[in-house]
Amino acid sequence: MRDHVSTTTPSAGKQTSIDQNSRVYKLGAVGGDWLDQRVAGGGLVKFIARKIFPDHWSFMFGEVALYSFVILLISGTFLTMFFDPSMEEVIYNGPYTALQGAHMSRAYESTLEISFEVTGGLLFRQMHHWSALVFMVAIFVHMFRVFFTGAFRKPRELNWLVGFTLMILGMVAGFSGYSLPDDVLSGNGLRVVEGLMKAVPVVGTYIVMLVFGGEFPGTDIIPRLFTIHILLVPAMILGLIGIHLVLLVLHKHTQYPGPGRTERNVVGFPVFPVYAAKAGGFFFLVFGIITLISATTSINGVWNYGPYDPSPVSAGSQPDWYMLWTDGGLRLIPGWESTIFGYVLSWNMLIPMAVYGLLLGVLALYPFIEAWVTGDDREHHLNDLPYNTPVRTGLGVAWIMTYLILALAATNDLIAIALQLSINDLTWALRISFFVVPVLSFYVTKRLCLSIQRQKRDLALHGEETSRIVRTDTGDMIEIHEPLNEFDRWVLVQHDDYRPLKAGKGVSSLRAKATSFFFKDRIEPVTPAELREALEHHGHEKHVIDRVTGGDYRTPAEKATH
Amino acid sequence: MKALAARRHHPMALLVILLLALVATGGLYTAFQPQTAQAEAYTQDDIDAGEALFLANCATCHGVNAEGLQDADGSTLGPSLIGVGAAAVDFQVGTGRMPMQHSGAQAARKPPQMNEEQTRQLAAYVASLGPGPAVPDEEWLDTSQGDATKGGEIFRINCAMCHNAAGAGGALTRGKYAPPVIGLEPKHVYEAMETGPQNMPVFNDTNLSPSDKRDVITYLETLEENGSPGGISLGSLGPVTEGLYAWTIVLSLLLGCAVWLGAKAK
Repeated sequence: MRDHVSTTTPSAGKQTSIDQNSRVYKLGAVGGDWLDQRVAGGGLVKFIARKIFPDHWSFMFGEVALYSFVILLISGTFLTMFFDPSMEEVIYNGPYTALQGAHMSRAYESTLEISFEVTGGLLFRQMHHWSALVFMVAIFVHMFRVFFTGAFRKPRELNWLVGFTLMILGMVAGFSGYSLPDDVLSGNGLRVVEGLMKAVPVVGTYIVMLVFGGEFPGTDIIPRLFTIHILLVPAMILGLIGIHLVLLVLHKHTQYPGPGRTERNVVGFPVFPVYAAKAGGFFFLVFGIITLISATTSINGVWNYGPYDPSPVSAGSQPDWYMLWTDGGLRLIPGWESTIFGYVLSWNMLIPMAVYGLLLGVLALYPFIEAWVTGDDREHHLNDLPYNTPVRTGLGVAWIMTYLILALAATNDLIAIALQLSINDLTWALRISFFVVPVLSFYVTKRLCLSIQRQKRDLALHGEETSRIVRTDTGDMIEIHEPLNEFDRWVLVQHDDYRPLKAGKGVSSLRAKATSFFFKDRIEPVTPAELREALEHHGHEKHVIDRVTGGDYRTPAEKATH
Repeated sequence: MKALAARRHHPMALLVILLLALVATGGLYTAFQPQTAQAEAYTQDDIDAGEALFLANCATCHGVNAEGLQDADGSTLGPSLIGVGAAAVDFQVGTGRMPMQHSGAQAARKPPQMNEEQTRQLAAYVASLGPGPAVPDEEWLDTSQGDATKGGEIFRINCAMCHNAAGAGGALTRGKYAPPVIGLEPKHVYEAMETGPQNMPVFNDTNLSPSDKRDVITYLETLEENGSPGGISLGSLGPVTEGLYAWTIVLSLLLGCAVWLGAKAK
């Protein structure tokens, strides 16, 4: 801890000695000065370079997302040089024998060319696709980390929204890219989207005509998606990443609670040189891992699916993993429809879309919902430990379970065949789970968190159990407890405590109910008085134990072996 | 000719014309009827040996005369085999699906219980019960004459919705499934199309001609020969296994690096 630098207490003693007469140093100083006189960036560089970042593995997933986005840009640029987003019909004459002579769009043909003729093309295609999957995985893991540690609280609510929008844009980027090769699978995906658009009452068919430039599939959609995929969405993602990072620097990074870490400081390493080296190294590790996976593992073998034709749908047709949940609802809902004034309302599309909107809406607005419930207007830079916020953690797990069940529902055919189940029974089980599992997982998680809190409370008060029991001369049995040191104890006693509010005095009955839902099952935090009493008790006990054992806590058997 | 014309009002003339018409229709039908004739010549010995095997291994469910059996509730124990032809027997017994191990949603493929000779004898016996599709000629299994691209088109339109675009198989209703179709014997693929085993529809010669079937077999063989150009295929099951791979293998690698970098220097 002593090597770390904190923003409020700059450590003066820890200076790396630099030979100020060395040639490199002089060259750097002259060059830096030359640049600074022209662009005046010296102050900014100094500001950024001296920025402190705390070290923890769970803080690194945002970085993974950023690095996989860089890989997406690099590999995507390569692909645009060979991909031709045209729906013009051509006859394939390339090296892939199973399609020679087949009619296909130029887009599909150029994808096959990239895969089989362009040197390194297949590797780049696979890197692009794998890094897209990793990008979304990293975004989700990063989002879970921020959620469960409460890092979205004031002042970071807006950055949560920026991150949320990045996640949505990631889905749009992924889906538009998935549709470009114009194979049967990607066409099936577009067909589902077309159906969802058409289900919108009144304007649905107009939307479809506008988007597709006529009847599905038409000849416009691939060029349009191409523009969205390579220009619009990446530009928006890039812009929002910029905002995300500027806000990160402005807010400073959050940190986990620990001795010496407060709401007013950040304990960690400065960007230069430590963190820059770590982050730079991490970029190459991520790049290396994605290249390794792409070089060894096939992804989206478009040659298997064949050129798009609106009639066939292959078994095992699914979207990429981050879109699975949107397919799951469609597979779970019964085929409900009703006709009103001669117009068909497709509830089997509208209800799932409403559910998706609700799930995303709750996710986006959660920081504001929680701030309203707690009424907490303070800034938070110390992260919560997830077990200290049982209801939030429970809600998060319930959200994930809902998402997971929808995603599993989208894979019902594969699960059925892998586990030799009836797909009909499985679908029913998932329908019931959709309603039951989130509620159940909420309560189980909440209870687990409360149990952990109780255990930590005991630990803070009494220390570790050593499973050595001493019988006193009066026949009492006392277990020897090893007290925690002050540093470890600090982490267990530092957290905030909220209580349910009573309605009245400016508190609405709705908010009173909400606070009761959040905080009625709370574990009293350790008070200083309790701690003092426990330590006194412990001291008294130690006195008795020492009297009986003479200060030697070994068992008779251990003594005998000595 | 004059004599014939003079007798055209003879009472028997109508009968003669009717007879001629019947012979012509029947003759034409027999001439054009696809694949009902036995392609392979079975001897009486084959048939007798097949009957003995049938009584020992199959009659429990299919009945001693292969007429099919029902249990007390009226549900089928085993369907009638009269007219299913040698092709059906060669497929079901040759792929180990019959004799069936246990009843369930569908008979699973397993190592064949009958050797080739016994399979042939059983086929001979069943073929002798009534005309049905025969074991295909070598000509229709010769993939050097097939067209993989056309086979691919047929496969995507007719087969991929159950068997998956890459032939990896897929789920059907109520625990039934379409098995993987890569790496099979061409003969069995042909017979499956022709006889429609288990839950598979029949693709007879009028909707998929023998040469179409050969194209499909050629396509499947090409898929197998091409293997997976991109590396580990993950079962050729598409985005789901890819997503699972990203969330398990790739994420663990990244997590490992993150923990390593986040660890304090000792």
